Formats: sequence, structure tokens, C-alpha cells
Amino acid sequence: MKKSTLLILCLALTLLVGVASAQDTVTLTIESWRNDDLTIWEDTILPVFEAQYPNIDVVFSPTAPAEYNAALNSKLEGGTAGDLITCRPFDASLALYQSGYLASLNDLSGMENFSDVARSAWITDDGADVFCVPMASVIHGFIYNMDIFAELGLEEPATVSEFYAVLEAIKADGNYTPLVMGTADQWESATMGFQNIGPNYWMGETGRLGLIDGSAKYNEGGFLAAFEALGEWAPYLGDGYQAQTYPDSQNIFALGLGAIYPSGSWDISVFNSTAEFEFGAFKPPVPDGQDECYISDHTDIAIGMNAATPNAEAAQTFLSWVASAEFATLYSNALPGFFSLSSEPVVVEDPVAAEFVGWRNECASTIRSSYQILSRGEPNNETQLWEVSASILNGTVTAQEGADTVQAGLEAWFEPQQ
Amino acid sequence: MSKKAFPWHIVVFLAPAVIIYTLFMIYPLLDSLRLSLYTVPEQGGAEVFIGLGNYQRLFTDPFWQPQITRALANTFEFFVFHMLVQNPLALLLATLLASRFVAGRAIYRTLIFTPSVLSVVLIGFIWQLILSPVFGRALFAQIGIRLPPLLGQVETALPVVSLISVWQWVGVPMMLFLAALISIPDELIEAARVDGATALDVFWRVKLPLIMPTVGIVAVLTFVGNFNAFDLVYTTQGALGAPDYSTDLLGTLFYRTFFGFQLQLPNQTMGTAVAGVMFLIILAGVLIYLFTIQRRLVANTVEM
Repeated sequence: MKKSTLLILCLALTLLVGVASAQDTVTLTIESWRNDDLTIWEDTILPVFEAQYPNIDVVFSPTAPAEYNAALNSKLEGGTAGDLITCRPFDASLALYQSGYLASLNDLSGMENFSDVARSAWITDDGADVFCVPMASVIHGFIYNMDIFAELGLEEPATVSEFYAVLEAIKADGNYTPLVMGTADQWESATMGFQNIGPNYWMGETGRLGLIDGSAKYNEGGFLAAFEALGEWAPYLGDGYQAQTYPDSQNIFALGLGAIYPSGSWDISVFNSTAEFEFGAFKPPVPDGQDECYISDHTDIAIGMNAATPNAEAAQTFLSWVASAEFATLYSNALPGFFSLSSEPVVVEDPVAAEFVGWRNECASTIRSSYQILSRGEPNNETQLWEVSASILNGTVTAQEGADTVQAGLEAWFEPQQ
Repeated sequence: MSKKAFPWHIVVFLAPAVIIYTLFMIYPLLDSLRLSLYTVPEQGGAEVFIGLGNYQRLFTDPFWQPQITRALANTFEFFVFHMLVQNPLALLLATLLASRFVAGRAIYRTLIFTPSVLSVVLIGFIWQLILSPVFGRALFAQIGIRLPPLLGQVETALPVVSLISVWQWVGVPMMLFLAALISIPDELIEAARVDGATALDVFWRVKLPLIMPTVGIVAVLTFVGNFNAFDLVYTTQGALGAPDYSTDLLGTLFYRTFFGFQLQLPNQTMGTAVAGVMFLIILAGVLIYLFTIQRRLVANTVEM
């Protein structure tokens, strides 16, 4: 009897303390799929914010990436989701906004720090409403083994013909795999291959928006040229590349067995911890005689506000901070390879990551051609790019046949292309 | 005549199994079949009843029809490999292991059975490493073999995946055959021998006819297992059944459709229609077995 009285007293006290502290401090919860970044948020990013806003307490609460979309949807439906929602790019988040789960952020201070390309993944189709603050993008390029380049007396190629000259030299030497990429998982062929070198051929945003308004086609002009350029990689890939998976490729490069690794900037931190040699990066080579260069600066992650949050004011304060230059610097350096999308200048300390992000000043940015609008229908544009890119590299279809397949797939449902 | 008390104990003993089976197998199955008769309109909103519309689309729509026929053909090929390689091999192994002249039978039996108690994911990963152009190539190069990228070529991927599955599961039919072979009374075999039958005669004329019921059961289990297959392909080839859909089974097609894949949004009503097709195929196969083959087998046994 005494014990239970004590227990109730304790509980009541805890509740009181809880209520008392809640009056001064607001607790915001962030929903996210980046469970790898938990310690970075808790130890590096959030303490800086909480030091400036002592009355706002932020909790980073991630879910496993594969379960995130489903878990978030049911939490939002049940009204138990956190105040801040990490946004997937394009349709997954657009659907949440259209269902009224994400708040419009048109009037958020700090939003002016983001360009149209940066916002493109989190706006309505008509461009009228933006609903997430862009956080980071990933950039494509080529990572290379500096020791091998020094040994063979090679230099970073800038044009396509220099690129092939370098590949030929490595192949002639015979000790190293010139290009480290496999086609077994298919997505690398499309992502690190086609979408990596492609923007130089289809002139970045011009080509990508052309697909959306129907003025460009996958089976002609720049897009066809990109498929053809990809097909020329086949002789330089490693023996048995048809069965080489993404982890295989990472291992081959990290073990120093290959010279050039077509990559995404997210691989930088992987090689920082696995490769024992110096590695550098060069941007996708431009076709000979072309002055402008284009890079895939793919919008990947953003953060929005739960429309039903009771702490809207605090959430907006946090989001404005996320839009600031201070957050941009913090985030880009804590996660090398994930680059802030802010137009504010950011100093990145990791040398290879700095090289990647430096290309933004030299080249025009675009995003992957299939992500906005074009992957809504059946067949799925992104999935078709995977299989076609892999098949072109495997030599089972020609570039023209592959390009025709993708174009036909788009024409099957996408009105502007019909 | 005294009235017997209602056998409550039977109800009590059956209840846990019946309740769990109904809740976790029968109800989801029926609900999934129900869902396959609905569709979500393009503008969103509640599900609308469309009868067999999804199934019709699956088999006539220019987008779905090639996918379902390809998945059906691949799954059938996967099944044929098991019927032609796994089951005869299992029968051969079981016959050898049932023989008294083979030493170390218990060791062989255990070794051959071991893969089937391991996780499919583990098996897939190990074989991917063995056949990998990075690790496997170095391994095979030691013995002078230049390993082709078996899992990456359209022509070889499905046969190789099927053989990996055969390697993993051959122990199960082998055990079933072995149990059946051991239970054959010695008198029958001895009588045949006395009549002058060779070892081969004994196998074809005595043993095989007597284990026919087991052969039938093994065939049905193989059929059900293969038309439900998903995990091995998912582990070694990914959800797209790479390369170029050459290993895309009904299971992976269902997975992509129902749960979505990368940028492909999930389509649950269409996904359940694919699952419905799988269910109907398996149901048809099992019914054919029950009403033709097993009935004949039972009839034969009774005559004996």
C-alpha cells in the first residue's frame, strides 16, 4: 500500500516537472531516414542550434531507410508524426503536400537562399508552392587513383578525347582496370554512367526540361549521344563486369586495382575510410569543342514542416536556421559528399568534396533527367533507364535500340511526348 | 443408448492452430484476393470495385502483358530445372544413401542437408561471392579456369540461379526419398533378388513403384515452392531480376508492383492481382495433383 502511494506520488511529480518544463521549452522532433547520421545530428548539428535557441529542444528520430516512407505515412495519418519531416525528393513528398500533411513554406525567411534548381524537387508542378527547405545534393563525377595516374604519367582529362586517351593508356599498361563499374546492380549504369556524363550532352536543364515539355526526346540529339557515349565505356570495364556489383566496384577501387571510378559524391566518405592511397576527382569530360560544362547536382534531401504541428513557430525558426549559411557549412563538413543547396558560399574542408562542390562555380547544375514528373507513369522512366543503360554496356542492345525503348516507354503515357 | 459428450478436447487442441492459421494465413489471403478486385482511381481517393479488371489488364495491357508472360515463363523454367535436376538428383542420392555398401552415410546425409537449413540470403550471398568477378575469379584462376560472369549474362543467369536453388534445397527431397526407401520391407527386395532381379531391376520394378506417393508429394512441394520463389533472386539479382529481367520471377514482379521500387510508386491493387495469379496457378497445380495423381495412387495402394 505504501509502495503504491509512493509510486503515484513519484509519477505525479514527474508529470508536474514535465508540464513545468514544457512551458519554457518546446521540443521538436525530426522524422528522418538518415539513421547513419544520428550521431552527426546529435553531436555536431543540433547542439549549435540549441545553443542559439535555448528554449527549443530538437530530437532527431530516424527510421530505417527502407521503412521510412511507409512508417511516415502511417504516422501522419495517425497524427503521431514529428514536427519536422525530412523530405524525399519529388513525388513522394509532393504526395504528402497534396494530402495536406506538409505545410507550405513560401513565406519562410531564408527560402530566398535557394535557386530554382535547388527548389525543383520540392515544389508543386506549377512551381507555385514550395514545401521543404532543400538540405543537400549529391554531385556526380569521376574519382581516380592518384598513385596510378602518377605511375603512368597521366593527367586529369577535361574533354572526351582526353578521357579516352587516358583510358587507352591505362588499358595498354594492362595492370589496372581502367574504369571500375559493374552492370549487375543496373542502377550504377544509369546513375554513375548515363546521368553522370549525360548533362554535358543534353545541355543540362535545357535537355531535361525539354523532355518534360516534349521538345526533346530520349532517342535523338543529346540524349541519344549520351547513350552512345556510355556504350563506348564497355571495352574499359573490368573482366566480368556484367556480374560485378556495386560493393565489388567499391572494393576493386579501394584495393587499388582500378584507376577511375565513375562515382557519386557520397562515395567520398566510403573511400576516405577504405582507400589507402590518395585519390582525386575530375568532372564529367565535355565533348570536344564544347565550352559550357554541365554537372548533375542532384537534389536528394530536404526538410519540411508537419502541417499539424502544435509548435509551428518553433519549427519555422528551426527551418529558417536550416536555410542559413551556418547550417550549410556545418552540414556539408559533417557529411562530406552531401552538399548544401544554399546559394550562400560554403567552405568545404575535405579536399575531394571541395573539388566536387567547386564544379558548381564552373559548370551549370542540373538534376537526374528521370526524377521530376517523368517517373510517375507505367513503365517507370527511372527503372527503364537502369535496364537500358546496363543492357547497352552489356552489349545486348545498341545505344539506338536502348534509346528507342526508353522513348517508347515515355510516349506510352506521358502526354507532352505523344 | 447413452449420448456421447461433445468432444471439447478436440476443439481445445485444434483451436490454437485454427485461430493462428485463420488470422495470419486465410484472412490475409482472402483479403488480398478481395483487394485485387479493386483499383485506386488516378485522381486518388477511395478504392473502386472493378471486378476482374486488374486481371484483364494484366493479361491484355501492352505494359503488363509482356511482364506477366515473361515472369510466368521464367518461373516455369525455374520449376523445370528443379523437376529435372533437383528431384532426380535427390532420388539418386537417396538411393545411394539407402544402400548398405556406402560408408559414411550419416556424414553425407548431414552435409547434403545442411544448405537447406541455412538462410536463403546467406546462400545467395555466398554464391554471389563464389561467382563474383572479383573474388570468384581469383579463386577459379588458381585452378586455371577463366570464370565467365555467369550471374550477369542474360543466357546464363536464370539457369545458374536455378542451380543455386537446387544446390540449396536438394537435401529436402533427398530426405523424403530416403525415408520412403528405408521403409520398404526387406522381404520384398529379397524376394526380387531370389527371383533373379539385378540391382537396377530392383530399383525400377520394386523400389520406385513403392515410393511413388513420395515422388508425387515431392513434385507438388517443388511446384508450390517454385511458384512462390522470390528470395534467392532478390538476393543475388535484385528486385528487377537483372540482367534485363532474365531472372524476373512472379515473386519479384509481385514485389515491385505491390511495394514499389525506387521511383516506381507502389500499386497495391495491381500487386495483389499478380499475387492472385500466383495463388490460382498454385491452387490449380495442387488440385490437379490431388484429384488425379494422388487419387490413383491411393486406389493402387488399396488394391495392394
